[in-house]
Amino acid sequence: MKTKCLLFLAALLMATAVQAKLNIVVTTPDLASIAKEVGGDKVEITTLARPTEDPHFVDAKPSFIVKLNRADALIEGGADLEIGWLPSLLTGARNDKIQSGQPGRILCNEGVSMLEVPTTLTRAEGDIHPLGNPHYVVDPVNAKIIATHLADAFAKLDSGSAEMYRANAKKFTDALDGKLAEWVAKLAPFKGAKVVSYHKSWPYFAARYGLVMDIFLEPKPGIPPSPAHLASVIARMKEENARVIIVDPYLNRKTAETVARSTDATVVDVAQMPGGVKGADSYIALEDYLVNSLAAALQKK
Amino acid sequence: MAGVTVLIASAVGARETNEVEQLQRELRELRERMQSLEEKLNYAATNTASPAPLETNRPTSASASAPPTKVWSPSDPLRVGRGSAYADIGLVGTFAAGGSTAKDIEAGTQLGGHDPNQNGFTVQGVEMNLQGAVDPYLRGNANLLFSVDSGGESFVELEEAWLETVSLPGNFQIRAGQILSEFGRVNAQHPHTWGFVDSPLVNGRFLGADGLRNPGARLSWLAPTPFYSELMLGIQNSQGETAASFRSHGHAHGGEGEERLPFGYRHAENDRGVRHVTDLLFTPRYAMSFDLTDEQTLVMGASGAFGPNASGSSGDTVTQIYGVDLYWKWKPSNAHAGFPFVSFQTEVMLRRYKLGAFDWDENGNGGDNDGDGFVDAGIITDATGLTPAVLAPETVTDYGGYAQLLYGFRQGWVAGLRFDYVTGERATYERAGLLLADGNGGGSSLGRDPQRNERWRLTPNLTWYPTEFSKIRLQYNYDDRRDLGRDHSVWLQFEFLLGAHAAHKF
Repeated sequence: MKTKCLLFLAALLMATAVQAKLNIVVTTPDLASIAKEVGGDKVEITTLARPTEDPHFVDAKPSFIVKLNRADALIEGGADLEIGWLPSLLTGARNDKIQSGQPGRILCNEGVSMLEVPTTLTRAEGDIHPLGNPHYVVDPVNAKIIATHLADAFAKLDSGSAEMYRANAKKFTDALDGKLAEWVAKLAPFKGAKVVSYHKSWPYFAARYGLVMDIFLEPKPGIPPSPAHLASVIARMKEENARVIIVDPYLNRKTAETVARSTDATVVDVAQMPGGVKGADSYIALEDYLVNSLAAALQKK
Repeated sequence: MAGVTVLIASAVGARETNEVEQLQRELRELRERMQSLEEKLNYAATNTASPAPLETNRPTSASASAPPTKVWSPSDPLRVGRGSAYADIGLVGTFAAGGSTAKDIEAGTQLGGHDPNQNGFTVQGVEMNLQGAVDPYLRGNANLLFSVDSGGESFVELEEAWLETVSLPGNFQIRAGQILSEFGRVNAQHPHTWGFVDSPLVNGRFLGADGLRNPGARLSWLAPTPFYSELMLGIQNSQGETAASFRSHGHAHGGEGEERLPFGYRHAENDRGVRHVTDLLFTPRYAMSFDLTDEQTLVMGASGAFGPNASGSSGDTVTQIYGVDLYWKWKPSNAHAGFPFVSFQTEVMLRRYKLGAFDWDENGNGGDNDGDGFVDAGIITDATGLTPAVLAPETVTDYGGYAQLLYGFRQGWVAGLRFDYVTGERATYERAGLLLADGNGGGSSLGRDPQRNERWRLTPNLTWYPTEFSKIRLQYNYDDRRDLGRDHSVWLQFEFLLGAHAAHKF
């Protein structure tokens, strides 16, 4: 009887310990990986988009409504990457804690210098993001800003563990600082090298490492490649000596391969979401993979 | 730094310890803020050091350097008002062109109020949507539909206009105003989100040409289950064209078939008003959803619609509609721009409609209002053709459904196939050998009620979405109506979308 009582108590304690964790829903796996670094074992992270998925077109599944309904906080990019699916989920979630303006609604682009903020807004230019290009997490310097911002936001929600969140963020940003020097050095020999991408989702990465990415397989963001456009891409690649094409897991690799065959280029599988390529399950592991595989491909030519 | 320490030291002497803690916290926050400022300086330094500084890619507009305040978005480009009292405006224009072998396209082969309605061109609807936060507690939405009917007259419909609570306690949510009833899947969706040019037959017959929608309120509750599970109850007015199976003068467009015979072969003229709460329209619904795998999702629902109808004179006739629906979708976890995908959707409905007693001798003169000794044309008589029919009350049962498969086989391209079936159980009044008087002592015999008779339809289509803001759709309908024959229709639908466009529900 006594042991039963103890067991029950232990279970109860464990249950409350589990409840004490912040229940955090994150829209995309890149932000989730940083949130995990900062939150440690004090937060329970649920990610909505899958790492191989096109983050612009995630289905607003009803199961997400349940997750958002029970969340203490929602972490999103804040730059309209999720505009096609998040708003309808929030309507159904009926959770006051994650309404905009609440401390539980965390926008990661706060403090990030956004690139490609359009001066004129017209859908004639394809899918445009009025707040700038939303694929900013892949730049490690932005990851540092996000980590610091998340620590502040978590501290607001759970002041008891504020120290821990800030220490975790510091640890992560320190680790990034160390790696950043290494990554920059690794890609330094390829300064100004041309890299072709499918979608315009890599300007932050290119700017960070001094690569030039101004050739895209898509004629305009979100518009599928036409044969005429691909022909002009091939001509440009030959002319400008571009020998590397990067492809995200959700994009059409066959299109890239076709172009690569006519230009003698290498196709490199990349991802912006940890878990999007095999073996790269954390932010740092992914950046390692990206830098190494690009350096190897650029070396080849 | 030393000054601050002295300050803290004196504070320790003078104040309570918790105030010291507060000062320490403030100091720490200051230190952290400095740290983050330093980091930002470093970021700028790294940028200038890097070969392609981030700054060079940025447009020289002032907005670029401004903090990312949410001022405007391509999904909500026209924002009126200012501060928190804004609204996003969007416009969806849907048109169709094509033709049919049917002589009675409008309300005959095509039962939906926004279906193509004639050979040639149809304005299916130009729908304006306004939405936004009313205040921290409420959200508002209005859908105004502009259209041109088959006769060329312009008209406006208040499709929806409602307010909704943002976060009531207990996982409740209330929506009130002019609302589409939550019955199955298609009824609560706006036509431009449908996978086909037209409304399913079962929706047109049971829920009406324009769908089941009326002023009212809906309470919904998100159940605390581990899976998605939502319970809804709608209470709405039960009269009018948009409550076709209820207190309505039959179908909005006068009925199916060449002969515009009233539903149940009797006039529905006893609009008895609302004397009791049960004279309103009640629409309960339960929906649940499961993620079968990472790539497959299932949504199931059961709906009901209960309310009075206007048939007969006894004042106690009611209609009950029951429905079940299922939606399944597969999308691989490396789908690009939402493609490829396969989705299957089906709805099955059952309607029990109590027809009231009706005497076609409405003026007590044997149906001979013009005094020529014969029953007047247009009056329904018994099998002899000499006396106006006296119809007994009875409850008639109808059922039907549709199943549709959509296959998004490459980016922007969707192939669809839909099968529709509706029928009614043969009722007493359909067996009685009634005649429709011709005014000269004769009449044409009436068999099955065309508004309840069996029919089916097979619909393949192909849609091309140049982007998610436009579409072109080609559809063929093979229609088979019992006693009326087979018809072929081809429709080309085109649609554009401007401005705000709310993310679609799953």
